[in-house]
Amino acid sequence: MSALVAAPVLVPLATVVLTTLASRRPTLQQVVSFVGALIFLACAVALVASAAIDQPARTAFGSWVAPYGIEFHLDRVGAALVLITALMGAVSLLFLASDADAGPRHPLLLPLVHGVLAGVGGAFSTADLFNLYVWFEVMLICALGLFAIGGRLDQLDASFKYLVLNLLGTLLLLIAIGAVYGATGHLNFGALAEAAPALSPGLSTALLTALLLAFLIKAGSFPLYAWLPASYHTLPAPVLALFAGLLTKVGVYAVLRTVGDVFAPAPDVVMEALGWIAAATMLFGVLGAAYHWDMRRILAFHIVSQIGFILLAVALAGEAGNAATLFYTVHHIIVKANLFLIAAMIWRLTGSYDLRRIGGLYRLRPALGLLFLVPALSLVGIPPLSGFWAKLMVLQEALAQGRYAWAALALAVSVLTLYSMVKIWMEAFWKRHPDDRWQPPAATRLAPAWAATLGLAALTLVISLYPQWLLAYAQAAARTLGG
Amino acid sequence: MTAVLAATIFATVTAGVYLAMSRDVFRCVIGLALLGAAANLVLFAAGRLVSPLPAVVPVGEILLTDAANPLPQALVLTAIVIGFALVCYSLVLLLRLMRDARTDDALALRYAEPRPDDPVKPPASAADCDVAWPPEDRA
Amino acid sequence: MRSRVIILEAAAGPLYLLILAASVWVLLRGHNEPGGGFIGGLIAVSASILWAVARGSDAARQRLPLRDPLILGATGVLLAALSGVPALLLGDAYLTHLWATLPLGFTDLKVSTVLLFDLGVYLCVWGALAGYALALLAVDDEAAASGGER
Repeated sequence: MSALVAAPVLVPLATVVLTTLASRRPTLQQVVSFVGALIFLACAVALVASAAIDQPARTAFGSWVAPYGIEFHLDRVGAALVLITALMGAVSLLFLASDADAGPRHPLLLPLVHGVLAGVGGAFSTADLFNLYVWFEVMLICALGLFAIGGRLDQLDASFKYLVLNLLGTLLLLIAIGAVYGATGHLNFGALAEAAPALSPGLSTALLTALLLAFLIKAGSFPLYAWLPASYHTLPAPVLALFAGLLTKVGVYAVLRTVGDVFAPAPDVVMEALGWIAAATMLFGVLGAAYHWDMRRILAFHIVSQIGFILLAVALAGEAGNAATLFYTVHHIIVKANLFLIAAMIWRLTGSYDLRRIGGLYRLRPALGLLFLVPALSLVGIPPLSGFWAKLMVLQEALAQGRYAWAALALAVSVLTLYSMVKIWMEAFWKRHPDDRWQPPAATRLAPAWAATLGLAALTLVISLYPQWLLAYAQAAARTLGG
Repeated sequence: MTAVLAATIFATVTAGVYLAMSRDVFRCVIGLALLGAAANLVLFAAGRLVSPLPAVVPVGEILLTDAANPLPQALVLTAIVIGFALVCYSLVLLLRLMRDARTDDALALRYAEPRPDDPVKPPASAADCDVAWPPEDRA
Repeated sequence: MRSRVIILEAAAGPLYLLILAASVWVLLRGHNEPGGGFIGGLIAVSASILWAVARGSDAARQRLPLRDPLILGATGVLLAALSGVPALLLGDAYLTHLWATLPLGFTDLKVSTVLLFDLGVYLCVWGALAGYALALLAVDDEAAASGGER
């Protein structure tokens, strides 16, 4: 049982090694990569099934116990996020088999993708603050590699911006970890949670501020989200979907783990500040999206905006807030990745991501137009789609706590989100193509892309129509947090 | 001793932040590397400065006595290795970036941004948009 | 055409082996004293860089075990990862290390999974950093070959 807890780290890492060893043989590499992703998925399913018992599963590498060794543990929150990570990995690899903006084949592409999965899986399953930093760095290095292997000038440029701001984030995290260790003498989450109440309020506020500053850079929240829309759109679509789904959510998870679990209950001033940061993130993200015409930039800004919603749920705290965080995160990862993948299919069919240069797709592919509406309207929060339930949970809790300003802002941002989604739909599908002589491409290999996007849309619909199982899971998960 | 270490950290952070804010991308990376060194010193200081003895159990002994706290050393070692890898990556990235873009000015690196001559408002006529097929990724 | 330095080329042959021997000594010494796979790997990388300076990056790459830094590094990680598996089979946590003594008649050979782990680290560091350094040196060679500044 305890061996399975290490699976989110070990399986992707083993796949990294094996795909690297197979880098001279593309077919073998792909097979190894798929098999690795499927084993990861199977392990994740088994983990979720086992985390349903209330005792979080734990293991410590090398049998070194808590104060000396590095523990991995999986409670319900971690297990659910690991499962969604594995799922996203499998979907992205499936989409890579299509010709919709899958990017050039580099021998290191698949090892790096699995490296990102290992970093994300490790971050979700570790029970040690310093180890969390290590997994952030694993993600960062693999992400930078994925930027650079394309070799185009805009990718190198994006990579540099991504590098500078994220490196700053990890350095702040390192300093914050040093401060936490200096103040408490612990790095293990469990030990920290025991030591936290003894800290003076001022010291604990300072430590939390330092930690949150680092995590919020990673999450892409206001005011340090600039790296995200400046870099993401240069990636090939499947990698972009993977990043959009997972990487910022690791930052959010770290925030949740810090203020909602280890240091819970956090000082009020920290949560108040977090709430206003979340509100600003929502607003500025959606305003940035309203300006742009490149689908990928629009969607990248919407990542920022939605991160604001999730952080708002974190800031509302308590069982209801934490449950909303988990529900929203799961919903958002599926929907956001799907939107990027569908945008890549639109690119394949029309030849551009720029909404001013495309159009007329509804006549050509009505099914794609309908498929796009599922994640798009879910992102907005139209009932009965999954985003509606997620936003309902956040709004209910905000109103229950008397946070009317935050609730009103969330509603206004939803309207602006609707504007962006309608903009994409009208421009890409409904209006005529600006070039009368435009011909759709003759031969496309979109079957894997259809399978990936339809699968994600089906998952969204399942969560939409039967939200109670995810809701019950999220509430059970929230009960295990913070004590 | 702690005061000296604190002053060292202060000086390193100051130099690092100053360089990291430079428009010269190379200085920027060197500044971040300096900040990384400062972060390592912070980690080291977090373990308290108690003893200069190495944290190695002497032959024939079982327990470590009077030695420095080994945990911050392990943390710093890990952080150094990771920081080293990132600096290696950044230097190669900069080499390629400066060779391809023919500039080291961060403000001139706008290759991932929307084109400044792009018509901002729709509708753009097709003639303005040089739609080519198969499309270049960067229109 | 790169310029040749005859003395360096002649000296590189024995020095390469000497440095590798030193790196292996450091690797094995790391069991009970300062040293270990990481430091040993770094010393091995310096041997590769010496060879690259003397004979060129390609020659140094050919001289690496497995002839490919990437594969070498991945093999190292594989060895390190495998060193944790015996513990799993015995029901302990992953990477719980095991020690054993093999009697060889004239002496007892101590073997452990830690040694395998350290060897993995050694190969990984050698592969990764040699690959990095050789690629950087190759950039220099290309610049020299094209005759221009860049």
